[in-house]
Amino acid sequence: MSNIWQDYKAAWIAAGAVVIGLMMSTIVVSEDEQAVVVQTGRPVRVYNPFVANADYGQTGAGVHFRIPLVEQVIRIDKRLLSVDMQQQQVLSTDQQRLNVDAYARYRIIDPIKMVRSAGTSDRVTQQLEPILSSVVRQELGKRTFQSLLTAERGQAMDNIRKLLDREAAEYGAQVVDVRIKRADLPEGALAAAFVRMEAGRQEEAKTIAAQGQRDAQIIRADAEAQAARIYADSFGKDAQFYDFYRAMQSYSVSFAKDQAGGKTILLSPDNAYLNHFREP
Amino acid sequence: MAGRNSPWGGGGSNGGGNDGGDGEGPADGEGSAPSGAPEQPQGETPERKGPRNPWLPSGDGTPPRRSASIEDIFRGRAEQRRPGGGGGGPRIPGGFPNLPRRPDGKSWLPLGIGAAVVAVLAISSVHMLGPKEQGVVTTLGKYSRTIDSGVSLTLPWPIERVKVVDVSSFQVVMIPDNENEKLMLTSDKSLVDLSYLVRWNIKGLKDYTFRLADPDETVQEVAEAAMRASIAQVSLGEALSGAGRAQVEQDVGERMQRILDFYRAGIAIQGVEIKKADPPAKTKGAFDNVNVAQQEAERDRSEARAWAQQVIARAQGDATAFDKVYEEYKLAPDVTKRRMYYETMERVLRDNDTVVGEKGVNTVLPLPEMKRRPAPAADPSISAPTSTGGQ
Repeated sequence: MSNIWQDYKAAWIAAGAVVIGLMMSTIVVSEDEQAVVVQTGRPVRVYNPFVANADYGQTGAGVHFRIPLVEQVIRIDKRLLSVDMQQQQVLSTDQQRLNVDAYARYRIIDPIKMVRSAGTSDRVTQQLEPILSSVVRQELGKRTFQSLLTAERGQAMDNIRKLLDREAAEYGAQVVDVRIKRADLPEGALAAAFVRMEAGRQEEAKTIAAQGQRDAQIIRADAEAQAARIYADSFGKDAQFYDFYRAMQSYSVSFAKDQAGGKTILLSPDNAYLNHFREP
Repeated sequence: MAGRNSPWGGGGSNGGGNDGGDGEGPADGEGSAPSGAPEQPQGETPERKGPRNPWLPSGDGTPPRRSASIEDIFRGRAEQRRPGGGGGGPRIPGGFPNLPRRPDGKSWLPLGIGAAVVAVLAISSVHMLGPKEQGVVTTLGKYSRTIDSGVSLTLPWPIERVKVVDVSSFQVVMIPDNENEKLMLTSDKSLVDLSYLVRWNIKGLKDYTFRLADPDETVQEVAEAAMRASIAQVSLGEALSGAGRAQVEQDVGERMQRILDFYRAGIAIQGVEIKKADPPAKTKGAFDNVNVAQQEAERDRSEARAWAQQVIARAQGDATAFDKVYEEYKLAPDVTKRRMYYETMERVLRDNDTVVGEKGVNTVLPLPEMKRRPAPAADPSISAPTSTGGQ
């Protein structure tokens, strides 16, 4: 082992230098990054730039060469990046407040421009965040509260995306999509909404109770009418006999032996009720 | 490091001489080691500073610390402490026993390094993928192919790299990921407290791997945006009702799929499930009152229905009874009528103290009452039962 090292020292060193030189002059660019080669601060060329609809494996990813020490490589994300906005308070045209939380998705499509203007994708995100906030506030402030809630339906989000895209173009970026992630009522409006919801429920509870009573009344009245019809159908066959029959029943009940002994009834002999006492 | 009960005993000063003794005799160098060493017996007498040295003659323990000079201790211990044939070869000051030699007297070291390199290369060129997994192979950064489950060979690291991902299992995102209220606005400006989960899996591994900066977070953000948009289009009542919830779930799933496909995320939404859709906790009382009112209304209705049943049943009973008597009466009207009259009178007059006035029976009075009360007025008020039946 040591003999080999001793005998071929120069060759070993030369081979090592070659290997190190190769390693310094090749760069491996993976599929999800774009590599900008910079010569003394000036971007000179791009490897694996973003191309819409290029399939993976057909892109410029892989091994590329650079002149060691003269050219530096800046790696830039090729993927879809996100700008997450701080929550913004939007005032609608009908003077209602809403806390809106949105995000944007963008990608770097002009890496050279981006390297010149911002340098890193983090910087781009930092630049875009306040722009997104103000654009969201302005654009949504042109709408009523109700249409704020359904901002996706109209042109609002697209307008915001276009405005932001115009700004992002300065940084070689393209804004793909802007969406409202959350829309919450601020503290005061929240309390008011709770009160309104409760009032609505109380109304509903009262209505339900009234409806229940109404239905019960109707059910009872229907039953009484039905019972009356049954009685009439049956007793109407012979009103006179019914009168007698019913009187007999009634006497049995009225003058029944009262266990409690607390019943005193005084009736005039001419009382109609006692008709059948005299005459069957 | 030698354990306390190894033949090398105390503080590793075997032949190393006194390394600038700081008053710590080797006997205690380890004796004051943190407890928890398995061979340290617990419950020592307090004045004993360390464990008993098993190589000292039993009976009295180590001499008290600091009473003897370091040299003494060393001398004393060195005499007792000679190994009875330890495992390693002769020890070198570095503390490493020499590796055994190859038969031809050369070192194993280069071979060992070579073997390690070969092992790394071998391990990184054979890949075992489970049944649900796929792997993306990149050759020097460039995508080359996707490997499926089973055993695959690739060029070794660092030329080809494989990123293995579970593509079939459904990932689950819970929103919100805690127990807090997550209030969302409905179309009628009411609020609903929602928690839901999204199931998804990978449908395009290449896109999933390379297209998005943070696919998992993207799923969550898209879910929130889609749910917010869908809830803003339904009323509170719909959001709380079962049918409305199902509609929202479907709506959100479709919306998410559209957005993610637009991002070309390589993600398939398998389902959205609303776990909870409640009114806000602060309004819960009012909502409960509605439920109470509903139950009461239902109770009113069912009471009325029960009463109605009774009324009709009694009417039917009375009518049927009358019909039957009437059948008899029609056969012999006079006789039947008389018979009924006498039977009734018998019953009535037998049961009561009867007073017969000038025109016939006009009053029925229980006598005790008469005794207790003053005589009634001449023309008494009439209170006859008016109900339709005997109670």
